[in-house]
Amino acid sequence: MELIWDGIRQAFLLLLGMDREVLAITWLSFQIAATSTGLALAVGIPLGTLIALTRFPARALVVSLINTGMGLPPVVVGLFVSIFLWRGGPLGFFELLYTPAAIVIAQFVIAAPIVTGLTLAAVQQIPPMFRLQMVAIGASRGQLLWLLLREARLPMLAAVMAGFGGVISEIGASMMVGGNIRGQTRVLTTATVMETTKGSFDVAIALSVILLAMTFLVNYLLTALQQRRRPS
Amino acid sequence: MTGAILEIGGVTVAHGGRAVLQIDRLAVRRGEILAIIGPNGSGKSTLLRIMGLLDRPARGEVRLDGRAIDWGRGLLTSRRRFASVFQEPLLADTTVERNVALGLTLRGVPAGEARRRAGHWIARFGIAPLAGRQARTLSGGEAQRTSLARAFAIEPDVLLLDEPFSALDPATREDLLRDLQRALRETTLTTVFVTHDRNEALRLGDRVGVMLEGRLEQLDTPEVVFGHPAGPDVARFVGVENLLPGRIASAEGGLLTVDCGALHVLVPGELSIGRSVILCVRPEDVVIRPASAGSMRDSALNHLRGQVAELISIGPQVRVLVECGQPLVALITRHSVVELALKVGSPVTASFKASAVHVIDRGSAG
Repeated sequence: MELIWDGIRQAFLLLLGMDREVLAITWLSFQIAATSTGLALAVGIPLGTLIALTRFPARALVVSLINTGMGLPPVVVGLFVSIFLWRGGPLGFFELLYTPAAIVIAQFVIAAPIVTGLTLAAVQQIPPMFRLQMVAIGASRGQLLWLLLREARLPMLAAVMAGFGGVISEIGASMMVGGNIRGQTRVLTTATVMETTKGSFDVAIALSVILLAMTFLVNYLLTALQQRRRPS
Repeated sequence: MTGAILEIGGVTVAHGGRAVLQIDRLAVRRGEILAIIGPNGSGKSTLLRIMGLLDRPARGEVRLDGRAIDWGRGLLTSRRRFASVFQEPLLADTTVERNVALGLTLRGVPAGEARRRAGHWIARFGIAPLAGRQARTLSGGEAQRTSLARAFAIEPDVLLLDEPFSALDPATREDLLRDLQRALRETTLTTVFVTHDRNEALRLGDRVGVMLEGRLEQLDTPEVVFGHPAGPDVARFVGVENLLPGRIASAEGGLLTVDCGALHVLVPGELSIGRSVILCVRPEDVVIRPASAGSMRDSALNHLRGQVAELISIGPQVRVLVECGQPLVALITRHSVVELALKVGSPVTASFKASAVHVIDRGSAG
């Protein structure tokens, strides 16, 4: 128990002391997770909406694949992104392996199915008659899409939270494609693992507390946005 | 046809090889209220969707202002001349006011103007106290009022109503029907109103179309459709009725005198003088007696003198058409025909109780 309290005190000391390295790791973690979530939203929202609104052959298969993708193990993603980015791999010439960009790519692959799947579900739960009625009062195709996304905005904030929560906390892919290089690709999760294996539990706990606090803060802000108009 | 704003011709819609809609020709006149009635599954809603350019028929054409619809680029512009209200009002997840203004916002009407027009119709449909409320907190009736206000605010060239009252309880339906009636009279908006309720059709329709199994079996004034159905199927659906359009001439002690032109009819009810009504009398409630028989003094009974104009046997009964200023149909037994020695030209008195008259209020004069 004392270990945990020490760790928490240590965390505050590190934070209050504005430990440069810890701040840099925290900031990098946030940047990478925010970028990959942002990219996942940019792809997942249109894709999820498209699949929700169209009927095509093998649609059930595609939806099943997306749902499976929502639970993609990060190590598997890490493995395949590594293979692709490997010096001899298909995308090796970009020389991205062991850079923050590599982590963004891996995390994007993890978050995109989550955002796509949740958008799909959010848009699909809007009654089909709603679309007809909006068209009937004069919505153009673009306006209809906008109205549908607006209607689905509350469940879609859940997609943002799930996406961000998924990537900020994942370790396997970040470790494999980022390499936990000090000052370059070390993020909160990889640093925590490293400190734990070194036996520096206090630092590891400090990093965990920071990770939890950041995840909580992001979720709190999004939840506040989502629940803003609940009582009426 | 002159004055047709919307016409459809040769339209066929099939689902799984079965024709669900087959309309040779239907023209909606500018400014009229056309009621389309028919049982569930008769193709009314399908027809309305085609009229509103929401579905493109596999075969046939839709003409707006005499010009064939361009289902490509020009579709949105044409579609925006319509507004529809459906049985289940689906509103956007925002305030009542914004929902009412939505059709205008979508058309690029400036916010101030949109709010002003929305406000007018919010007041007209009695939902002003709810303007700031979230749409998802509304009751069914309130949501339907919002949906109607949303359609009226657009000020469309054609208003399409698809069973807008079917999901409401009778009291709410009555209130809403009255408000809609008033709004329609004020605007002289071309309206197509689909319903399976013949009372709603009688109340609102300038013309009534009867749809059965995807076909438009009859299209005429309510008096003709309900009084002289085109065929046995239509008759079965509308229920043969004597329809007498008139105006309330006087009201006394719960008894109204209705001026139906050539004749006056007593009916029970509480309506103000001058209101326009349609009186419905079922043929089996009309009693025929020889004109020579002394008239009974009974304030709650209507006695109309006339002549038999037609006798048609329907099974064990005979349909007697009596010309008494207005044609009146009575359904009597074959036995009575023999007993009364009825034949074309016989002078008779047709009687029916005031309480047998169903009064449909068409609203105030105008």
